[in-house]
Amino acid sequence: MKDTASVLLFGITRDITGQSAVSVPLPEGACVADLLSQLYRQYPDLSGIRSILVAVNGEYAESDQVVHSKDEIALIPPVSGG
Amino acid sequence: MIALTTDPIDVASALKYLHTDQAGAIDLFLGIVRNSTQSRPVDRLEYEAYDRMAIGEMRKIADEANRRWPLLRYTIIHRTGTLLIGEMAVLIGVATAHRADAFDACRYIIDTIKQTVPIWKKEIFTDGEMWVNAHP
Repeated sequence: MKDTASVLLFGITRDITGQSAVSVPLPEGACVADLLSQLYRQYPDLSGIRSILVAVNGEYAESDQVVHSKDEIALIPPVSGG
Repeated sequence: MIALTTDPIDVASALKYLHTDQAGAIDLFLGIVRNSTQSRPVDRLEYEAYDRMAIGEMRKIADEANRRWPLLRYTIIHRTGTLLIGEMAVLIGVATAHRADAFDACRYIIDTIKQTVPIWKKEIFTDGEMWVNAHP
């Protein structure tokens, strides 16, 4: 069964896609790395960013963490607060 | 006290909050918007946060600082939105019994914020703009 996930975007990733959230296909059992690969295919310009992390439900996620369509997923480009 | 705000940061009220009779030292770090980056003139900065997660990550940093040093009180306030030259982007304050702990904890908090808290800064130059740290 194919599902889709909504991914929140901030900073440069929002500028690149022109959207504050994007929808990506999310096959059952897909992990953070799969999600990122799909996003890079949809938006090749994202690969020009120094590094992108993924947050799931407000916490940094490892690349092998499985994600579900109901999770709150966000792309985290390099931070620069302070 | 941990907060994100779009309003100017009130130093006096932060200091008042930190003040306690057991405190022999209060350290304040104020991060200010400066007028240039590598000699390129900056017009203004735009800060954007993933609010829910930013608060959570700041909470983790404060909890870790609390474990490492005997903090009496602390405050972390970060501003978001458009900031002009000279405006305050962040205030870190810690109160401890002795000064060494206050310096160390304050430095740990601001240094770690820059590494882990999902807040992004865009520099608007007179001739362009750039997200800080985004490119190789």
